[in-house]
Amino acid sequence: MSAAVLLTLPLALPFLGAVVAFFAGRFAGPGAGRWASVLTCAAMVVASGLLMAAVWRDGVLAVQMGGWIAPFGITLVADVLAAVMVVITAVSGLAVAVYACADIDRARERLGWHALYLVLLAGVTGAFLTGDLFNLYVWFEVMLIASFCLLVIGGDREQLDGGLRYVFLNLVATVMFLVAVGLLYGLTGTLNMADLHGALKTVEAPALVTTIAILFVGAFGIKAAVFPLFFWLPASYHTPPVAVSAIFAALLTKVGVYALIRLFTLVFTQDVDYTHGLLLVIAGLTMVTGVLGAAAQTQMRKILSFHIISQIGYMVMGLALFTPLALLGAVFYLVHHIIVKANLFLVSGVAKRLTGSFELERIGGLYRAKPWLAVLFLVPALSLAGIPPLSGFWAKLVLVQASLEVESWAIAATALVVGLLTIFSMSKIWLEAFWKPHPDGDAAVVSLTRSETVLLVAPVVVLAAITVVIGLVPQPFLDLAARSAAELLSPEAYVRTVLGGVP
Amino acid sequence: MDVLFALLAGLLTAAAVWLLLDRSLVRVLFGLALLGNAANLAIFAAGRLTAGKPPLVPEGMTAPVGEVANALPQALILTAIVISFGLFAFALALVHRAHKDLGTADVDALAEAEGKR
Repeated sequence: MSAAVLLTLPLALPFLGAVVAFFAGRFAGPGAGRWASVLTCAAMVVASGLLMAAVWRDGVLAVQMGGWIAPFGITLVADVLAAVMVVITAVSGLAVAVYACADIDRARERLGWHALYLVLLAGVTGAFLTGDLFNLYVWFEVMLIASFCLLVIGGDREQLDGGLRYVFLNLVATVMFLVAVGLLYGLTGTLNMADLHGALKTVEAPALVTTIAILFVGAFGIKAAVFPLFFWLPASYHTPPVAVSAIFAALLTKVGVYALIRLFTLVFTQDVDYTHGLLLVIAGLTMVTGVLGAAAQTQMRKILSFHIISQIGYMVMGLALFTPLALLGAVFYLVHHIIVKANLFLVSGVAKRLTGSFELERIGGLYRAKPWLAVLFLVPALSLAGIPPLSGFWAKLVLVQASLEVESWAIAATALVVGLLTIFSMSKIWLEAFWKPHPDGDAAVVSLTRSETVLLVAPVVVLAAITVVIGLVPQPFLDLAARSAAELLSPEAYVRTVLGGVP
Repeated sequence: MDVLFALLAGLLTAAAVWLLLDRSLVRVLFGLALLGNAANLAIFAAGRLTAGKPPLVPEGMTAPVGEVANALPQALILTAIVISFGLFAFALALVHRAHKDLGTADVDALAEAEGKR
């Protein structure tokens, strides 16, 4: 298959699927809409798998949209990092799409929930694949408007309030992004990221470049929910249906992290001491505030929301250390985290179905009633905390090793302590929801129907299996991350492929 | 001219920040609109201002002659205006709905999702 097909298919599929899902859901009944959504996601998994295979075989792939040569046209480009992110988006997208079949109610389906969901996946995929900064802004907007709708659709009172906070803060971030893009264009006359890589080396005003770089840190920092810009996240992620929380938790903040990694390896590498030094401080504070915030919460989804923040800190830490091993860790962490976090939210949803609440005080008895769910919770929970032999252990191990290598003792210590505190939070959920008896007696734990069990539990099982596989056979995944890190640190191949003209 | 644009963008941003910090959601909304316009002006000025020289290609040629205005920032701004219009409409509808359902457009009174204070 040609590069053009490989790169556009993961983008075209969800848009096409969204149209089909909307009309199928409207005219052929809700079942048809669900099928359209699940099948589209399955097709995305295949398409992204093909892209990954091609990138692994042939190196960086690029295609110029509309035949306009770079840097004038819009380039779609996939290196290993982008391809990995597209694959993981499709996999988590499929898992949540299946879960959503049993989780999303009829009213929301009638409003076009599945179509919006697919548009969200399209926006996320586009952000990973684009090679142009302004185009990245446009994909962010596609993603944002879909996420706005998903967040408030159905319109519970709680959802509206959470939605307002989310919408306003993300809009401010968007404007910041736009200004930074405009100023960067004014300085260099180009917005193609590969072209910027070369153009910024000849700019006469390095201080101005650093200023713009910090504007980008602010803009993507709000998206990625780093300290001190994360307040919108715990205020909104616990309000929508579980399927929405899960996909948001898995993907949206990670798009911010991806954008940071892309820009601060490819574009802004003039003043590494300052920019990456700042990122390291941000990373440490993000980890600590996130995990402390989680410790103070007593509602399952709020605890998990705060843990998203602390985990983002680890990924930013990998970027900030800026060594091959650290970037390897960051990429590995991204993959591991998307799987684990989606899974934890899905498990919290199942637990709520069975016990009737997200509030830890009001639930319990799950271990005695549903021991299988306890196992399914423990896998991602222990992985999140970094217990061997699960995926999170390797991710944390690599990052801590990388920080020791460059003698950043403080960040290494922070990472380890935050890992311990993560266990504290996870054991709080374990003790309250699983171990202690249900406050209304064990009979209060209900059972699911057979179809619900399949739809809700199958994605959880698959994601948990992936976590275990990454944990037991980490080498192929580490190889993948290592190659990605090598590409990020010496982006010559990326630049050459993009600027090489029309293939 | 550049200075004028810079001052105007700064003024709009300052007004936008002041409005964004207000408790009333309607004002926050206006703040967002102003902020978006300030951003557009900044992009416009950053792309170099050239007065009275439209980027048109004369008949029979393939490129414009002499110094002309930069068309790219205008294209960027046009895209940004369309997008921000859509987002603004969404935010407006959301504020309206919140006001209707929750009976208030005051940020402090909207603490429902954060739990009872």
